[in-house]
Amino acid sequence: MYDMKALYEATSVENAVELRLEHPEAQIIAGGSDVLVQMREGKRAGKELISIYGLDELRGITIDENENIRIGSLTSFSHITRDPIIQKYINVLGEAVDMVGGPQIRNIGTIGGNTCNGVTSADSASTLHAWEAIVELTGKNGVRRLPIKDFYIRAGQVDIRVEDGEIQTAILIPKASYENTFGHYIKYAMRNAMDIATLGCSVNVRLSEDKKTIERARIAYGVAGPVPMRAPHAEAVANGQPISMELIDRFGLAVLEDINPRDSWRASKAFRQHIAVEMAKRCLFESIRLAGGEL
Amino acid sequence: MAQYKLVRFTLNGKEVEKMVDVRASLTDMLRNDYHLTSVKKGCEVGECGACNVLIDGEAFNSCIYLAVWADGKNIRTLESLTGPDGEISDIQQAFMEESAIQCGFCTPGFIMTAVEILETKKLYTRDELRKLLSGHLCRCTGYENILNAVEKTMKRRLGVPVE
Amino acid sequence: MSIVGKSEIRVDAFDKATGRTKYYEDRMPAGALFVRIKHSEIAHGFVKSVDTSEAEKIKGVVKVLTCFDAPEIDFPTAGHPWSMDPEHQDVADRRLLNTHVRYYGDDVAVVIAEDEVSAMQGVRALKVEYEALPFVLDPQKAMEDGAPQLHDEYPHNILKHTSIRKGDYQVAIREPGLIRVEGWYETPTVQHCHIENHGCFAYEENGRITVVSSTQIPHIVRRVVGQAIGRPWADVQIIKPYIGGGFGNKQDALYEPLCAWCSVMVGGRPVRVDCSREETFVSNRVRHAIRFHITSWIRPDGSMAARKVDLYSNQGAYASHGHSIVAKAMGSFPQLYPCDNMECDAYTVYTNIPAAGAMRGYGMPQASFANDSNIEECAHAVHMDPVEYRNKYIMPQGYYDGFSKNCNYYDSHRECLEKGKELIGYDEKIKEFAKDTGPIRRGIGCASFWYNTAVWPIALETSSNRMLLNLDGTVTMQCGETEIGQGADTAFAQMAAEAIGLKSYKDVHVVSCQDTDTTPTGLGAYASRQTYVAGFSIRQTAELLKQKIFAYANKLTRQSEHNMEIRDGNVVRKGDGKVLISLKELAMTAQYNPQDSEHITAESTFTIKNNAYSFGCTFAEVEVDIPMCKVTVKNIVNVHDCGNLINPALAAAQVHGGMSMAIGYGLSEQLLFDPKTGRPLNNNLLDYKLSTVMDHPDLEAAFIENPEPTSEFGTKALGEPPACSGAPAIRNAIYNATGVALRKLPMNPHNLFAAFTEAGLIHDEWQEG
Repeated sequence: MYDMKALYEATSVENAVELRLEHPEAQIIAGGSDVLVQMREGKRAGKELISIYGLDELRGITIDENENIRIGSLTSFSHITRDPIIQKYINVLGEAVDMVGGPQIRNIGTIGGNTCNGVTSADSASTLHAWEAIVELTGKNGVRRLPIKDFYIRAGQVDIRVEDGEIQTAILIPKASYENTFGHYIKYAMRNAMDIATLGCSVNVRLSEDKKTIERARIAYGVAGPVPMRAPHAEAVANGQPISMELIDRFGLAVLEDINPRDSWRASKAFRQHIAVEMAKRCLFESIRLAGGEL
Repeated sequence: MAQYKLVRFTLNGKEVEKMVDVRASLTDMLRNDYHLTSVKKGCEVGECGACNVLIDGEAFNSCIYLAVWADGKNIRTLESLTGPDGEISDIQQAFMEESAIQCGFCTPGFIMTAVEILETKKLYTRDELRKLLSGHLCRCTGYENILNAVEKTMKRRLGVPVE
Repeated sequence: MSIVGKSEIRVDAFDKATGRTKYYEDRMPAGALFVRIKHSEIAHGFVKSVDTSEAEKIKGVVKVLTCFDAPEIDFPTAGHPWSMDPEHQDVADRRLLNTHVRYYGDDVAVVIAEDEVSAMQGVRALKVEYEALPFVLDPQKAMEDGAPQLHDEYPHNILKHTSIRKGDYQVAIREPGLIRVEGWYETPTVQHCHIENHGCFAYEENGRITVVSSTQIPHIVRRVVGQAIGRPWADVQIIKPYIGGGFGNKQDALYEPLCAWCSVMVGGRPVRVDCSREETFVSNRVRHAIRFHITSWIRPDGSMAARKVDLYSNQGAYASHGHSIVAKAMGSFPQLYPCDNMECDAYTVYTNIPAAGAMRGYGMPQASFANDSNIEECAHAVHMDPVEYRNKYIMPQGYYDGFSKNCNYYDSHRECLEKGKELIGYDEKIKEFAKDTGPIRRGIGCASFWYNTAVWPIALETSSNRMLLNLDGTVTMQCGETEIGQGADTAFAQMAAEAIGLKSYKDVHVVSCQDTDTTPTGLGAYASRQTYVAGFSIRQTAELLKQKIFAYANKLTRQSEHNMEIRDGNVVRKGDGKVLISLKELAMTAQYNPQDSEHITAESTFTIKNNAYSFGCTFAEVEVDIPMCKVTVKNIVNVHDCGNLINPALAAAQVHGGMSMAIGYGLSEQLLFDPKTGRPLNNNLLDYKLSTVMDHPDLEAAFIENPEPTSEFGTKALGEPPACSGAPAIRNAIYNATGVALRKLPMNPHNLFAAFTEAGLIHDEWQEG
């Protein structure tokens, strides 16, 4: 039994927006795998909840009229992994969210919840950053879209305007981002299942036609800072460069210019830096291989 | 004031309805209102898998699932596998025969995930099975015989030789 | 023997496979009040006041009780048999609720409420004012002058210090040419993590108090509840239903005394205490973190000239099992690798962390890690193959220990090592892996362990048993030894069926639920002793039952009682095997005979004055990804000589579980505390890394079945031994792979990063300066 003050169940997106405006103090609950846990711990005890879990209109993956991949915010991790569109165009996202917790968590956990938490360790977050996802929010003023890097404000806080009754309704991957692009994600954790990332690294590349040169490399981390982040110095090192093992080494070292992991009981800064370099190298190597490059 | 909601759903093949406290987890409702003792509480925060049930064919930790969300769903607990005359399913029999049961506390959750796996009618490798079962913690068995029980039942159902 | 030795299906398998088995919470009386505990938010200090006014205003809150309401009775909690000798009684340092709080999580107050949410809200509404004191988390720091003092009666926080002196260490180390192999070896605080949390409920009935509890030791808990609440022990009834694992945590009185007291304080109404997972980690028991300092002096041929071992055991805030654990750990050193000149000193030291109690292995997982790590280094020091070194210097056949009267009747250690070597393919792999020089390297290693089966002669060993002949010729059996998941009931049924002469183990109905009002007294599940000790009372009671059966059969068949035996459930004539009467017919006739009615039953107690060694080893094969600081166990084999197997399939299952626990101990598990506040950091199943099904390979269990001569059924310990040698075997495999001798558990990426950096295997040039 949860220590919950009240529960409001939204019947549609519009209704969710209305409920949010009516109950600005209430917490939105999607799958609940984070919110209910916090409520049990006492952190959110005694709060009102607005459940949007029943909004099936926010489930599913499609390609929209502009050829964006559109992921409904309530799509569960397991459905993302199994989705043919994801498998075809951005398989790494399916692989990344297939490392969240365990199977039951992947059945309840949603990509919207994973991002709205604003936590740096979210397994979807680094890949969404590396693929320059767009976050779609719906509020009383209609739809607002913003790049995912702007969505994250600081640890645990994202740009959702409660005063406008906003909820996150979709995540989009633009065609320019996913076309001819191949990526790899490494989750570094202390266990092979049921764990949160000590560090997450997602890299993707688009190669030249002859597969000899990196046209575009993108890399993002979770847990390398208070929010998920790109590593622009490393990207600059790789962009436009011919593929070589030496390039991979330089790419790895360059991430140190960008990342800022902290010392905590979960891991030391020195350790996180060490594995960040190694993970960048391994992710780039694997991304190049997936894109058909030779090493 | 306490807030209640009427939920209608299918529970172990039967259509049921219940006025439920909105604060209740699905675990609370299944244990307290329906006396389904197979739904176990090991952590109540989705970390152990002991409370696992199938909702519309997928495995969920019922401890972090609100009871009100059951409305309109098809929910199955381990009790659904036992027939009216006490006959049990092949997967339960396999757990018994493979010594996959010790204290028994994680067993119902594991078996229900196994049911989800078996219902896909796919042949998985042992490593794939490990991943599919990885949402459950067990401290007694080292998972060894649980894997054996699931693997053997999968192969038997698919007509694949069991070594 | 026909029933014993077979891989029968567990007697409780069907109910567990169908989910109908009843654990304590499934027996909850309607309307039981919820007790929630307010835990200390400081690591050490005094509670000055508890403001209960806000909590009492909450609708649904029935009563708030604080440390100022609790009786001033100090009681012990360890699951040890009572000793009539005051010198050997467990340390009584515990109260139901504490004004002097000694760890972050100590029990300060309780809220009793009609529902769960009101109870939780009530706890949050309590305002506790503390006077904080300095605290200490490390046992050696706690021994220093001026360290914070936890219990006034124990200066320097030393709960106990014991020593072993053998030969003359100081003289022996002067022998010329000795090689010194010295190191500090450190093991972490870990927790049992049975999947069912501890919980219990209590109520009064006819002026007596009943507690239904998830415990391993109902008869011992009865005594502790009586002591704690100041009632005659016979006023207390403990009922133990099925439990979801224990592993030693539930070999302690946990919240049964508090629960009983709460019920009394609300007029005997039913009350329930249900530990959350977070509470189970912190406010139950943990395994002792033990730090070892070992100095071995070996000759160039590897033989041990002298050895010094110091052990510092972190007891945490309360005594619980106390010094028994490190004493057992220390006791293994002179025996496993015998040495003529030894100095050992063991200290058990109070600190401001959760109380350490029994956990699977009782000091041996710690000792095995330290000892077999150091032994591995000894082998390296003299350039000997580590398995060969063990074969040469491990306890020989015929070794006799005068204290326990244990004897190594067979060459168990070497037989186990030989079998393990073969099963894992040691000889080929050690050669092949030596070629690995890249960032990913493979390695293989082994470790042995020492264990003995029961607690004699340190404490009482007693087992009682009752058998009732049923009208259908089957037998109902009650024993004080408990089923906690390990399969004890099945083994008991097999042994009893064998001893009586029944057709099948299914003809024995073991009453799994112990009720101290009706179950003959036994001590419960611990020390891997149940199959061994119950064997004696089962055999003895079966003989008594048979005598009564034969006496009645004599009246019905005229045949001599001495010419009878029971085969397949029939009384037969020894000479020609003729069936004289079936047990069913005999039972019916005896029961319903209008002239001479008898319900044939037997009951007896056996006092055990024996103990038995139980040895074995682990071989592990690992792959080490040096840049990623990750170890993958690729193969692992445990070999045990636990005597005859009563049920080989269940024995293997037991070994698997122990191996999994040992892998977690080796690679990932540790309960952490914030050095600044003493607050537990990872007391949940997400942050505490116990192995998932993806964290280890297939587990292989193998046995050497040398019948134990002192045992009724040739059997001896198997419950705990599988948890002992896994971690050091993995450690030695990592050593083999990388040349890095790790000395601290767990060997997780953090510790590997530090060790590999120190060894120069990792060189992050940017870290310098």
